[in-house]
Amino acid sequence: MENNQPSHEDNETSGGYRKSSLRILFSLLSVWFIVSFGCGILFRETLDQFTIGTAPLGFWMAQQGSIICFVLILIAYAILMGRLDKKYGYDEAPANGEETK
Amino acid sequence: MNQNIWNYIFIGISFAIYIVIALRSRAGSTKEYYTAGGGVSPLANGMATAADWMSAATFISMAGLIASKGYDGAQYLMGWTGGFVLLTILMVPYLRKFGKATVPDFVGDRYYSKTARGVAVICAIFICMTYIMGQMRGVGVVFSQLFEISITSGVLIGSAIVFFYAGLGGMKGITYTQVAQYCVMALAYTIPAIFIAIVMTDSFLPQLGLIGTVKDGVPFLDKINNINQELGFQEYTASKISTLNMFCITAALMCGTAGLPHVIVRFFTVKNVKAVRKSACWTLGFIAVIYLTAPAIGAFSRVNLIEKLHTTSYEETPAWFKDFEKTEQMSWVDKNGDGKIQYFGKGKSDQNTDSVFKGKKPSLAAEDQLGAHGQRLITNEIDNTNPNELWFGADIMVMANPHMAGLPKWVIALLMAGCIAAALSTAAGLLLVLSTAISHDLMKNIVNPNISDKQEVKYARIASFVALSVAAYFGINPPADLIAKTVAFAFGLAASSFFPTLLMGIFSKRVNKQGGIAGMIAGITFTSTYIIYFVGWGTTDQLWWGISPEGIGVIGMLLNFAVAFIVSAVTPAPPESVQKMVDRIHNPKGAGESSH
Repeated sequence: MENNQPSHEDNETSGGYRKSSLRILFSLLSVWFIVSFGCGILFRETLDQFTIGTAPLGFWMAQQGSIICFVLILIAYAILMGRLDKKYGYDEAPANGEETK
Repeated sequence: MNQNIWNYIFIGISFAIYIVIALRSRAGSTKEYYTAGGGVSPLANGMATAADWMSAATFISMAGLIASKGYDGAQYLMGWTGGFVLLTILMVPYLRKFGKATVPDFVGDRYYSKTARGVAVICAIFICMTYIMGQMRGVGVVFSQLFEISITSGVLIGSAIVFFYAGLGGMKGITYTQVAQYCVMALAYTIPAIFIAIVMTDSFLPQLGLIGTVKDGVPFLDKINNINQELGFQEYTASKISTLNMFCITAALMCGTAGLPHVIVRFFTVKNVKAVRKSACWTLGFIAVIYLTAPAIGAFSRVNLIEKLHTTSYEETPAWFKDFEKTEQMSWVDKNGDGKIQYFGKGKSDQNTDSVFKGKKPSLAAEDQLGAHGQRLITNEIDNTNPNELWFGADIMVMANPHMAGLPKWVIALLMAGCIAAALSTAAGLLLVLSTAISHDLMKNIVNPNISDKQEVKYARIASFVALSVAAYFGINPPADLIAKTVAFAFGLAASSFFPTLLMGIFSKRVNKQGGIAGMIAGITFTSTYIIYFVGWGTTDQLWWGISPEGIGVIGMLLNFAVAFIVSAVTPAPPESVQKMVDRIHNPKGAGESSH
């Protein structure tokens, strides 16, 4: 996915932005894979030697821990991409109604 | 007060709220009809998406499935939440920037082909149809229990209500009703769980139940493992399927989630890409509230059920047991003639079985034929190869839980209202995508591009009426076994068609029309053939690498990728305008209102 053409359109994406956004994407997807398939399924037996509260860690990661991690991943994604947008001037005014949260 | 009165009060109030909201936010334009005008706040969209996502099946059956599967239930928990990570990071920001109203729109433009759009429309209709049939059945079952009417009338009443606000309000009406429905569902799911957690564990938060201890200080999971083992079931925390199969099912559910058209379009309703990311956080947060409670509810109800029923004599069973017996959701066969209920797993049998009778469901004998202890008899042939005497459907766990724990009547009424909210919100969202696929993608973009906005909305309403009638028909006459396999179908197809096709469309400039279409067709054909074969005829020893039909979507997805790349490599690259378009969607700026 090379992106070397000279950008003559406003709306064309800068190569640097594209690269950084892909880096964010791959790192967060690795975390996603590790917490769900890794901890919950593939390395579950190993993790079960440890406990969280009174539950075996691998079992807990599969049933509850991974879900908590997913939410954190999405929050990290929103923050990191927001920063990147700002850096490259792709930032936009906050959406209508956002302040009502 | 009588239970029925409580039910009417809670359901009446919740319906009044939905109707008022639907009337106040009627759609005027096609834009409002399809994407609510693109101005929904991220928080509201997050709640609405969560309500859309929690179907009647999830709400009613998931906890019960987890209770019976133990550790393996994690496939649903991870699959249906982890999919949102894929959806958010790989799909929706880019599709939102692309700025069209539907998923087939993107497929049609990116693969510059009416054929591609056509295939996408068919996939969308098929996925939504399989899904919505289950919803209408769910609505029917709840209404029939509630008003003591036949399931047929229940389905018809439910369909009329769904048509009323999905057909009239469009996306705008649906979104704001779903916000209200999420609140009802979340309360209905968590309040009973909190009550039970207080009674059973040392913490009032049900989400902490799994890692906590029961009242006498024993770790909760140890307790349930012991109970399971004593009765001849496998340990609750043990896995019963192969790691590969578990991996595939989880992955298929995740990728399927990220490819479900009715979930993707939810994110077209917010203002810009930044709002999409924020909205996704809210969505998963709201879903997590319910999904973190589900494994606790499942485990609690299993302990409760066994403690209340095992070795209890029939005369002493609580009233709810007899109610469920009447509706064929629970059944007891006194195999050893001691008048007491015995509940045992496969471990107590030489034949490795725990079936109570032959067949999938009990069928009750006439009402005047009662057993020696007053129990209802069934006409099924009894399976005497094992000592297990108790049968119950996984569906009843959530509904029976408050009864088993002896909770107040208003909690049960709230649960009923939540259940209906879950079915209605999902059915409405699906119906909208279905009608859009027909009016917008089929009528306007393929059949006749010259129809006006007004005519388009008219077609959408006609389409939703037709779709609902078909769904109601199958809700009343469910094709045997099909509803149960809905999950396998809808998710397998989404994982093997939309997910890879959208992903390649977004991230590759090289995949072209021929590759896209060939990939989609290969993925769908393979996946549906495998599922249909094993639903209809196949036996478990014929499974490829032991992968069950629920997990085969992953293989279909890989096939889709492979075919698309190979075909694209030997055919010309897509035109420059399409390559520019791919560039453009990677820039988050300037995602204006969704056009159509």
